Order: sequence, then C-alpha cells, then structure tokens
Amino acid sequence: MSETIYSESKPCPALFYGALAVIGAVAGIGLLSAWYMEHNGHYVTGMTNQIVWGMPHVFAVFLIVAASGALNVASISSVFGRTVYKPLARLSGLLAIALLIGGLMVLLLDLGRPDRLIIAATYYNFKSIFAWNMFLYAGFLGLAALYIWTLMDRSMKCFSSVAGMAMFIWRLSLTTGTGLIFGFLVARQAYDAALMAPLFIAMSFVFGLAVFVLVTIAATWADGRPLGDYLIRRLGNLLVIFIAANLYFVTVYHLTNLYAAEHAGVEAFILTSGSVYTWLFWLVQIGIGGLLPLALLAAFRKTMCKFKISLASVLIIIGGMAQVYVIIIGGQAYPLVLFPGMEVQSSFFDGVINPYTPSLPEIGLGLGGVAVTVLMVIIGIKVLRFLPVSLADQDIDPLYKAAATE
Amino acid sequence: MSSKHNQLSDDNAHSARRRFLGQVGVLAAGISLAPGVTLNGIAEAREADQPASDKVRWGLLVDATRCAEGCDACVRACADENGLSGHGRPETDAQWIRKVTLRDPKTKATQSLPVMCQHCAEPPCVDVCPTGASFKRADGIVLVDKHTCIGCRYCMMACPYKARSFVHETLTDQKPHTPRGKGTVESCTFCVHRIDAGGQPACVEACSKTATGAMIFGNLNDANSTLSKALADHPSSRIRADLGTDPGVRYRGL
Repeated sequence: MSETIYSESKPCPALFYGALAVIGAVAGIGLLSAWYMEHNGHYVTGMTNQIVWGMPHVFAVFLIVAASGALNVASISSVFGRTVYKPLARLSGLLAIALLIGGLMVLLLDLGRPDRLIIAATYYNFKSIFAWNMFLYAGFLGLAALYIWTLMDRSMKCFSSVAGMAMFIWRLSLTTGTGLIFGFLVARQAYDAALMAPLFIAMSFVFGLAVFVLVTIAATWADGRPLGDYLIRRLGNLLVIFIAANLYFVTVYHLTNLYAAEHAGVEAFILTSGSVYTWLFWLVQIGIGGLLPLALLAAFRKTMCKFKISLASVLIIIGGMAQVYVIIIGGQAYPLVLFPGMEVQSSFFDGVINPYTPSLPEIGLGLGGVAVTVLMVIIGIKVLRFLPVSLADQDIDPLYKAAATE
Repeated sequence: MSSKHNQLSDDNAHSARRRFLGQVGVLAAGISLAPGVTLNGIAEAREADQPASDKVRWGLLVDATRCAEGCDACVRACADENGLSGHGRPETDAQWIRKVTLRDPKTKATQSLPVMCQHCAEPPCVDVCPTGASFKRADGIVLVDKHTCIGCRYCMMACPYKARSFVHETLTDQKPHTPRGKGTVESCTFCVHRIDAGGQPACVEACSKTATGAMIFGNLNDANSTLSKALADHPSSRIRADLGTDPGVRYRGL
C-alpha cells in the first residue's frame, strides 16, 4: 500500500455541465418556491396553525442529521484509527458541510421572516436549544473546514487526529441538540423524551452513511476511478450495524411510550390507526428503510457490490425520510391533550387528528436544499483534491491481501 | 395700574382654575370610588415611561359553571379589539381565544369554556424561543416582540395550550394598539394596551356586559383583589397543571 494520491474530479464535460444544469435548475426551483411562500405567506403551503412544521422541516432535519452521519468515515479513520477509511475522510468532511448547508438553507428559507437572519444571529436566548443549535451548526461547519485543512495541508497533518476528535465530539453534540429540539417539547405526546437524542444519533449514523455511500459510488463512477469491493463490503457491514442501532432505539422509544398509559393514544395513532403515518411507519420506515436493506446487506455480505449497496442505501434514505416525516408531521397530527380523559371540540381544531398535505412549494424548497448539497459536492470535488485517484482495495487497505487469501 | 390690574386678573384666574380642578378631583374620586373595580384599575394603571412591575401578576378566573355553551361573546370581543378579521381560512387564520366544548365520554356531561394564552409563570414558549422574541413581562403577561420574531414557530410547537397562531398572510387594517405582522407568531396579550391604561381585557369586559360574567380579571399578587378573593373562596384548577407551567388563568368548575 503506497501513499494515497488525490486529484480533482475529471468527468467528461457533458456529464459535468449536464449535471450542473439539471441540479442547478432544481436549486432554482427551491429558491422560487421559497420566494412564492414568503411573498404570499405560508397559507399557500400545507402548513397551518395545527401542523406548524411541514415538509421543509422534514427535508431540513433529514439533511442536518445526515450531515453528522456523513462524518462517520472521517471519525472512524481519525478517531478510531482505521486506516482503510483515511482516503475517504476528505470527502466525508466535504459532504458533511454540504449536507448541513443544504439543510440550514431549507430551514432558513421556511422561516416566517427569513430576512431577519441577522436577528437570529445576534439575539440569543440561551435557554433555547434552538439558540444552542445555531452555535452547534456554525461550530460544525468551522470544525469540518478545519478538519479538511488538516487533511489537505501537509504542514497541518499533525493536527488531524485532534481535529478529528473535536469533530467527533461536536457531531455527537450537534445530533443530540437536533434530537432535543423534539425531546424538550414537554407538552407533545409524541415527543417529550430524552431518548430523542440517542435516537437522532443512531438516525444520523445510518442516514449519513447511506448518503456517503451513494456519493462515493457516484463520484468514482463519474470519472472512472476504481472502487474496491472489499471497501464496499466494509461499508455494507457498517450500514448493518447502524440500521440495527436505529431500529433498536425506535423499538425502545415506542415500547417506553406504550408502557405509559398517557401515551397510549399517540402510540395507537402511529402504530395501529391505519392512517398514513401507520403505513409510513410500518411499510416504509421499518420495512423498506429498515428490514429490507438489513436483509439485503446481511444476505449478500460476502458478495456485496456497488449495485446492491446502492440499492440498500436508496432504501435507507427512503425509509429515513419516512421516519423523519412520521416523527415531525405524525407527532403534530396527533392533537395536543389539554384535558386528559375528555372529548374536546373547538373552532381551533382541538381534539381532532390534524390533516396535512405537503404542497408543491414545500417539496420544491426541500429538493432545492438537496440540490444545493449536491452542487457543493460536485463543484468541491471538481476544484479541489477531495477524491483519491484510486480506491481499489490493494491501494488503500493494508488488510486486503490477508483477507483476500482467507 | 395696568400691570396691577393684570396681576389681579391672573390671581383670580388661578384661583378659579384651582377651584375647578378641585371640584373635578372630588367628582372623579366619587365616580371612581363607587364601583371598586375602577378604583383598582386606576391604581394599577402604568405610566407610559414606567416599566411593568413584578408587584403585580395579572391573572384571570374563568367560572366554567357559568360559561354558556354557544356563547362566544369573549371570542368576538377579542377579534374586534385586536383586529383579528381572518381570511375565511380557519386552518390558517389566527385565533387568540376559542371556546372549547368538553364532553366526559363516560358520563356524557358537557361543559364549555374559553381557552387562550394562559400567561404561564414558567412559559415553555419563552424557554424555546431562540431570539428571545417570546418574553414574559414582569407583571406576568406573555408577549411576542414582533421586531425580533423570526417566524420559526418553535413556540407554537412548545405551547401546551395551543394558544399561539402564525400570521399566514398579509394583514390589512391593523389596530394601532395591536401590532401584528405576516410571518410572525402571536397570541392573546391579555389586551395589554387596556391593562396598562387601567382597563380590563376585552373578553372579560364583554363577558360581564353581554354574557354571564363568568370571567374575573385582576392581580393575583394582591390578596384583596376581587380575583384573589374569588380564588380563595372556591377551589379552582389550571389546565395541564401537571406540566408545572403555573398558568395565570384559572378555571372554576373544571
């Protein structure tokens, strides 16, 4: 195994500019959607005074959580010393920054007053986890940039372990903070659980790695770089562990709620009512996004290939979006309980399951955030040396020969 | 001579003015003393240049046993007072106060009561607001600073009472005393502009004038206030008391 050589991505111009045009157009649709929502007011969206956070928040939370998870590979190489992942650490850092910026863009443009960004950046209520998250997000971006610097600049190389460790602690804090946005909502039946923090960490591990796998495969495919099957198998094994961790926390969360009589209503609503959230939970989140990729990755553990792991990653992302949707929208659809044990009725929709249909501008804004993420990665790898020339097993994995001869 | 004459005229004028002001003062005192509530109001009115004081904690008692089902005098008064005209879209139109009908599924007994911002001593909306736009005044009134609200709606997620509304579209014909803004969050202000002038919330006034007088507003910190005496006379309860938010709005007969 020789020293890793990195180079700028060199896809054929038609592919590069074609991708830029298509993805740029999606980003443009996102900006137009935001303008439409802000110009008319949020009544043109599916969001109401009952469902106050909608599809933009589903996209934003998914992207922000995935940003932390995209750093898995960097953490494993720099903190846990697995050298096989070291060549991918730069891309890991870039993807983390891009995902976070994409998510924050969606979150910002969905605000009632996005023009007041300067207020959000200068007025702080330190009892608010939202305010803390602004520091966590800004710090994450700064640390990730610093980490990439230590990886790319030879003179800074000695600091890469320290930066990697700081990044590791910071990313866990960030996902904890994101989970606690919901965990601190004491009045909502579906939230109010400290378990939200580790659940979000587990979600970040699996969502982020799934996105990272797809980006790595696409980036190496774009200009024909080798990508070793043994590395793919390793990533597949990691995905299995992270899917299992996510399923574990989801199970504990629901079992805990089922044990408490006061949460029986919301659990029945999500798990058995037959609503859209029940289907999304069992079929998409657990089935398509959990058990199916778990079975796929486990069954083909020895023969894992790019196609199979890509398929599993796509399934994980679909299931992940459903999971965030069920948490955010399902949690609000179930009515607030003001008078436990009583049936309630009012002109403000007390006591009823709140309907929600995502509107096109909301979806447009969310996809715009995804597009900005992809654009940042495409341009990043094009202009800077984020990608190793080769990710072939013999070039990056010191244990490959031993394993290959087993 | 002329200047002396002028001096006498001025003295007479001052004297007449003093007599007039004295008579007005006696008259005002008489009027004010008659209905004790007015006396309280004037005594606790706040000068424009003075901050709200924590010696006062404004609160409200709703007697649910007297609140008539189908009566929405308080809701209409609130809408009129604060210019909440709506756009004919109930899902997105603001509602600062609403009538809630409760039904016991076992006994089938029903009752009706108004629910609005509970002006909590420990307001979750204030805790979660990232910019501090959601704040509690020293006298316990929970408000939103429309200049620093960024419209994130986290306070709406956090409020246990579903008391907050987001302004979903452009507003016209706003009331000067109730500033509102598209893209910001709002809720019942206890008609803070009236309270600071020594008055009562519009809903309370409407309930006493045109309905059953099921609402008593006053100072929870004053043991001699009508509100404190009413609370001392009969048990009352708070919505979701288990959350420990210590609402300023209490309910009798709940």
